[in-house]
Amino acid sequence: MTTPEKGQLVTANRLRDGIAVFLTRGGDWSEVIDEAVLALEPQAAAALEARARDDEKKTIVTGAYLVDAERLEGRVRAAHIRERMRALGPTVRLDLGKQAEGKGAGFAAPEGE
Amino acid sequence: MPLLKNNVLVADTWINAEADGDFPASGDVIVPFARLLKDWGELSARPGKLGLRLSNTDRPEALGTFLPKLSVIVLPFPAFNDGRAYSIARSLREMGYRGELRATGNVLPDQLQFMLQVGFDAFEIGERFPLETWQKASRQMSLAYQRGLFRRGSEAEIWTERHTDAEPWLEQPHAG
Amino acid sequence: MYRYDEFDHQFVRERTDQFRNQTERRLSGALTEDEFRPLRLMNGLYLQLHAYMLRVAIPYGTLSGRQMRQLAYIADTWDKGYGHFTTRQNIQYNWVKLEDAPDILDALAAVEMHAIQTSGNCIRNVTTDHWAGAAADEIADPRPVGELLRQWSSLHPEFSFLPRKFKIAVTGAPHDRAAVKVHDIGLRLHKNDAGEIGWEVIVGGGLGRTPMVGVTVRDFLPQHELIGYLEAIMRVYNLYGRRDNKYKARIKILVHEIGADKFKSEVEAEYARRPHPTTEVEERELARIAAYFAPPDFEKLPRWSASFEEAKLANPAFARWARNNLGPHHVDGYAIVNISLKPEGGIPGDATGDQMRVMADLAERFGSDELRVSHAQNIVLPHVKKDDLLTVYQALEKADLAAANYGLAGDIIACPGLDYCALATARSIPVAQSISRKFADSKKQDEIGKLKINISGCINACGHHHVGHIGILGLDKKGEEFYQITLGGSSAENASIGTILGPGFAGHEVADAIETILDTYLKHREAGEEFLATYRRLGPKPFKEALYATA
Repeated sequence: MTTPEKGQLVTANRLRDGIAVFLTRGGDWSEVIDEAVLALEPQAAAALEARARDDEKKTIVTGAYLVDAERLEGRVRAAHIRERMRALGPTVRLDLGKQAEGKGAGFAAPEGE
Repeated sequence: MPLLKNNVLVADTWINAEADGDFPASGDVIVPFARLLKDWGELSARPGKLGLRLSNTDRPEALGTFLPKLSVIVLPFPAFNDGRAYSIARSLREMGYRGELRATGNVLPDQLQFMLQVGFDAFEIGERFPLETWQKASRQMSLAYQRGLFRRGSEAEIWTERHTDAEPWLEQPHAG
Repeated sequence: MYRYDEFDHQFVRERTDQFRNQTERRLSGALTEDEFRPLRLMNGLYLQLHAYMLRVAIPYGTLSGRQMRQLAYIADTWDKGYGHFTTRQNIQYNWVKLEDAPDILDALAAVEMHAIQTSGNCIRNVTTDHWAGAAADEIADPRPVGELLRQWSSLHPEFSFLPRKFKIAVTGAPHDRAAVKVHDIGLRLHKNDAGEIGWEVIVGGGLGRTPMVGVTVRDFLPQHELIGYLEAIMRVYNLYGRRDNKYKARIKILVHEIGADKFKSEVEAEYARRPHPTTEVEERELARIAAYFAPPDFEKLPRWSASFEEAKLANPAFARWARNNLGPHHVDGYAIVNISLKPEGGIPGDATGDQMRVMADLAERFGSDELRVSHAQNIVLPHVKKDDLLTVYQALEKADLAAANYGLAGDIIACPGLDYCALATARSIPVAQSISRKFADSKKQDEIGKLKINISGCINACGHHHVGHIGILGLDKKGEEFYQITLGGSSAENASIGTILGPGFAGHEVADAIETILDTYLKHREAGEEFLATYRRLGPKPFKEALYATA
């Protein structure tokens, strides 16, 4: 088995519609967590966060913060269940939200139900 | 810091006295409550007008006998969402205080009308927002459900409008 | 039902315009998020996990068909075709865009609704008995006072920045369906020997991190003093409630810390000190409001409806629904219809736009154009002729709204939990769904009888788990969900806070645990004894043993 890369990504909500988004390598915001850029060093994470603060000032996003996550074979999984929920959409409505739109992360629905 | 009064900016000519130290020989002075209690004799003999800076934890009913001697009472908003000063202001007006009631601290345009309605009439507003924003903010709502609020000329009390034969309950001592 | 007059209309319109302007300032960058957040919250707009959420006030839970239809229109136009009815008789939309929010508020204003003060540290939507005006045991309809309080509390300049949110519930019946003892202020109507009406004032109840049953500070407050007295309570709370710790900022903590007697004397001193002319509840204003709540023109009908009795004999499913979902009406020949929003495996409290329209139709055709939202997240048609019940039932059945589980194990209260809510620590809905499926067998549900299972996805207790006969609290253990079970809670007139049974469970274990608890109840109950009574008689011991013995 390959070992996942561990690091941090930046997430926020888009200001005008509130949708959960993730900062990409190109400096854009994607609705798909798999497209997030993962900072492997604290310094890189700080740079990503600074970038996000700029976009907050430009009223593109709001409430940006860093999240622990890992990447494996191109898929990104947040460490905390709360962030996995944000990446997926509600698990009780698979007919709508990011999973229905094919934007859900590869690590799929949380265990349990 | 300029003061907003009656929707225009006016200079603040009051001198703030600290918790201890001498009072200035002349001029109008604002003192904290502890100072008022401690130096009442000296303060009442002094020329110039007297103002009081209250904290959020001072009880308004303790001010009774001092009220007629005070020309300004300053109430703090340490944060916009610390709403104690609204109750203190309204209490002071209910106790018959007619002098200036000044809001200081985190005073924001979107709370201005609430402050006016409970009896504030002077505001330390800082420089974050242009004057025009403040002027607009003072008249965002033209109606209020509560009775006996302090109102600007254009504001109406719904209860009184509904029952037009009713007397307005409070004399309006000022128009913020 | 209350109708806006020109002043109510103008008030809501101005408020909506104000919010449109604030939203524009935010989108343009003139306001920062820190400056804008309190403004949007005061208008019910939250930022949740996936999007903005708009919470719309349904004052004292009462709606007309037209209003329900507009809620459906909003769900279809600006959301994803559904809405979520909450434990505070409100509705929430989960997928609102900030840029659309002012248009939604306009659409609400068009049908005399708003989202004012559905969030923020202010006086929230006033709630009441969902059977108000219809219940057989009612002394008087509490909704005129509910409306009086709605108006009094709307943009109250003194009480918009309290230490914490503030919830008021009102009931006019001895059987408390409004949970008045677990609200910041609960008002309970009494009639004295002279036939006068007065209010018992209960203060300092609440759920959340520190659940408490409120204390009575006045037994019989004359109605005309109500607002003045409430203002005295609010002022004492505003001045002396804690602001250093948001978990200790509710009024219940103040009452608890200084003691009920000291609190009461502070309130009485404040009340005595203040002039009252501006807070006097004027008879003519109350009469003006009360006129809108005049009962509908009920027909004179026999208590017994032959067609209803025949239909029950012919249709066992209808008979079961009628047995479980109807409430006793104070007028002969009428019944209260409780529409369960808890289909097997469904999401508690969710309704689609189409379902809302079906309910609006039924209210207009058979229910004097009235609907209610209950704090148990169901919808009520308060006045339906028994002769019409079969027709109503059949229409509900077609819309997947005929779950016959009102007040039973399947009628679960659940907050949105971690599927939607930014504050949640665990999911609530999937747990509700698994329990609902576990007890899908209607015979088993009927056998278990009256039961309240309440689920919250965090300690804030929007799912009222403390006062569920069985309460379930979802928590976060090292980034994963687990669930704590409490037993013996109640929000009724005999209110009590549930007791934690023991160690928690993983999500997939909860339904089995509930089954074990209920099997234990069935084994130990005496004839005719409901779950809560058995628990109160036996205490937690047999339930604990059954649940943890095998572990």
